[in-house]
Amino acid sequence: MFGNLSERLSDTFKNLRGRGKLSAADIDATLRDIRRALLEADVALEVVKTFTGKVRDRALGDEVSKALNPAQQVVQIVNDELKAILGGEARKLAFSKTPPTVIMLAGLQGSGKTTLAGKLAKWLKEQGHTPLLVAADLQRPNAVTQLQVLGEKVGVPVFAPEPGNGTGNPVKVSQDSITFAKKQQYSVVIVDTAGRLGVDQEMMQQASDIRKATNPDEVLFVVDSMLGQDAVNVAKAFHDGVGVSGVVLTKLDGDSRGGAALSVATITGAPILFSSTGEGLEAFEPFYPDRMASRILDMGDILTLIEQAQKTFDEEESKKLAQKLANEEFTLQDFLEQMQQLKKMGNMKNLLGMLPGVGQMKKQLEEFDEREIIRTEAIIYSMTPLERENPKVLNGSRRMRIAKGSGTTVTDVNQLINRFEQAAKVMKTMARGGVPNIPGTNPVLAGGTVGGGFMGGKKKNDKKKKGSKSGNPAKRAAENAGLNFGSENSKGSGSAFGL
Amino acid sequence: MFSSNVDLDDLEDILIRADFGIDAAVEITEELKREANRSGAASDAELRLLLKDLLTKRLTRSDSALNLSSGDLPYVILVVGVNGAGKTTTIGKLSRWLKDGDWSVVLGAADTFRAAAVDQLATWAQRADARIVRPEREGQDPASVAYQTVELAIREQADIAIIDTAGRLQNKKDLMDELGKVRRAVEKQARISEVLLVIDATTGQNAMAQAKAFTEVANVTGIVMTKLDGSAKGGILYALQQELDLPVKLVGVGEGINDFAFFSPEEFAKGLVAYK
Ligand SMILES: Nc1nc2c(ncn2[C@@H]2O[C@H](COP(=O)(O)OP(=O)(O)O)[C@@H](O)[C@H]2O)c(=O)[nH]1
Ligand SMILES: [Mg+2]
Repeated sequence: MFGNLSERLSDTFKNLRGRGKLSAADIDATLRDIRRALLEADVALEVVKTFTGKVRDRALGDEVSKALNPAQQVVQIVNDELKAILGGEARKLAFSKTPPTVIMLAGLQGSGKTTLAGKLAKWLKEQGHTPLLVAADLQRPNAVTQLQVLGEKVGVPVFAPEPGNGTGNPVKVSQDSITFAKKQQYSVVIVDTAGRLGVDQEMMQQASDIRKATNPDEVLFVVDSMLGQDAVNVAKAFHDGVGVSGVVLTKLDGDSRGGAALSVATITGAPILFSSTGEGLEAFEPFYPDRMASRILDMGDILTLIEQAQKTFDEEESKKLAQKLANEEFTLQDFLEQMQQLKKMGNMKNLLGMLPGVGQMKKQLEEFDEREIIRTEAIIYSMTPLERENPKVLNGSRRMRIAKGSGTTVTDVNQLINRFEQAAKVMKTMARGGVPNIPGTNPVLAGGTVGGGFMGGKKKNDKKKKGSKSGNPAKRAAENAGLNFGSENSKGSGSAFGL
Repeated sequence: MFSSNVDLDDLEDILIRADFGIDAAVEITEELKREANRSGAASDAELRLLLKDLLTKRLTRSDSALNLSSGDLPYVILVVGVNGAGKTTTIGKLSRWLKDGDWSVVLGAADTFRAAAVDQLATWAQRADARIVRPEREGQDPASVAYQTVELAIREQADIAIIDTAGRLQNKKDLMDELGKVRRAVEKQARISEVLLVIDATTGQNAMAQAKAFTEVANVTGIVMTKLDGSAKGGILYALQQELDLPVKLVGVGEGINDFAFFSPEEFAKGLVAYK
């Protein structure tokens, strides 16, 4: 068997690294790995084809030639595109201006609709709504009883005029439930419907009739995350037959790779709103496109961790720094503080090391050299306040003195100053809103930092510049940084892991 | 080489779309290429026929019948699988078929977890005219329900005991351990004839992980593939048979009590190659 994608890609990268520009053949080599990974993750073939085609087009475009590490860029494009599809239009539940809001659940048999109905009811109730559950699955034996038990557990009433098990008309029950909800002033109505196959014309017609009878604000398509290639057919059938306004992924607490998420999102164009993550009624959360993207690619939950790491940067500091950048007064003192922030991130090592499938990253983490930071600290500490504020005064004899004082060589000092000047330039550009979108560029160390808190103040400019990127500065920084550090990097080779 | 490369690529795509998984799809297509070269098959129809025969041959095995002939009554059938796969429904159908063959059947409602699961099985017991052993209280240890079911089957000299279990995802260690306990509780009184793993045909590659994990804790003896009445082709069953050596025994083709069949490799292969 083959290893996971990050290992395979690491091999591909090794061959590609350092060539500066990606040829069509190089892109195709990377994309072959990605195609296989997507298929193994159960992304539908049709969707894989359009997806890799799109990535190829983008990769062949001018974007890549600008990148320092082209292979990284391809993966970044893949990740961007994945997230664009999975979370392009992430949004909240739509509520009606005139209550009740009607939410209809639809999906295949066994996808988890009834359990979800219970979770949704609980969640809405906790938000101060007064939900009503409607038992319109009159097909499966004792689906009505199941909903009643769940309703009791979460303290939400269940409208169940028919016993089910094959008796009663689900369209009429649904319709009556709306009248009932209006009269009794329930604010949200959740209609649980029977599971049905996309090829079952009669049942699809029934679902469409339920929709017409209830005029729902949301039709949530409930999808088992273990779903395979059939996701395309099913999604088409429900989209065309009933209409889908949002998607819920269930059984995400399992170990499936969840490629169906990509298939369904692509085919329906509807946003994925929630994840269902367990049998307990509290196991229900918003959907996180980032996590899903890395789950599908099997690269560990890297982005989430990077975001967490971002928080270790002191926000106050970032603000001050942003101010300074705007005024073009970034000094060696600031540089030092940035480095020290970096050191705090040292404990990232443990955190990231624990992740599955991180592949090459582990090696990079081993190579992360704290001594580099200590040396930089020593050099800057050996400077006078004047020198730290204004490095231009650093002539030969001052540099000699600093080298001696810090136990380093003049070459070390020179290198540091060079790096600082480079960083200052990059940051000035950024402060003006010109974002050098280059994964692997390191504003502080020549090789790369983890994002850098200094991007915090420039959210608006960032956004304008690159529409496809995340508007969240922390996320953006993570995207851009490509998470680089390590001694090799500090010499500027720009190797990276993860992304 | 021969001229019909395009058609062979199409066949590989058919296999991938049917959830065979990329490795199996590539391997089968390679073999098909060799066969096509040998036999000179080139047209689309010829290649499809070749694929049908190849799959039929590879999927046919001698152990695909239910294991109900040792003479050692009662035969105990344990039914396991992930949530919503179709365990309870399959039990309903199977009970009815057994009853029609004049076997006496006792069902054990050892899904004591899911809301109303016991009632669901009871409805099926009624439809199939089978006896049912219910838990004495909500949330009762499923192993003890299983034990009591076998106990009753022995006492009443029933032919068959079928035990329904709660759905569980295979990566939940506690729940898998619990299943091991159920199995051991049954084995205190009787040999288990069949441990049937129910797999939903719409499932993709995760079915492999399911089969591995359930086999480890519950000694799965056969697969039931449900929901083959939809558009899903259930191609993962090929890998389950080839790689894990697990025979597919039954298929579910609907929600009605008669909607099931014994697995026929030829029907399966036919359905596949006709599929565009
Ligand atoms: N179309 C179809 N639906 C099925 C089949 N087997 C089970 N189901 C449905 O799948 C859903 C889950 O079945 P159930 O037996 O409760 O699954 P369990 O949780 O594994 O016991 C129910 O709605 C069943 O009616 C089948 O072969 N075809
Ligand atoms: Mg069940």
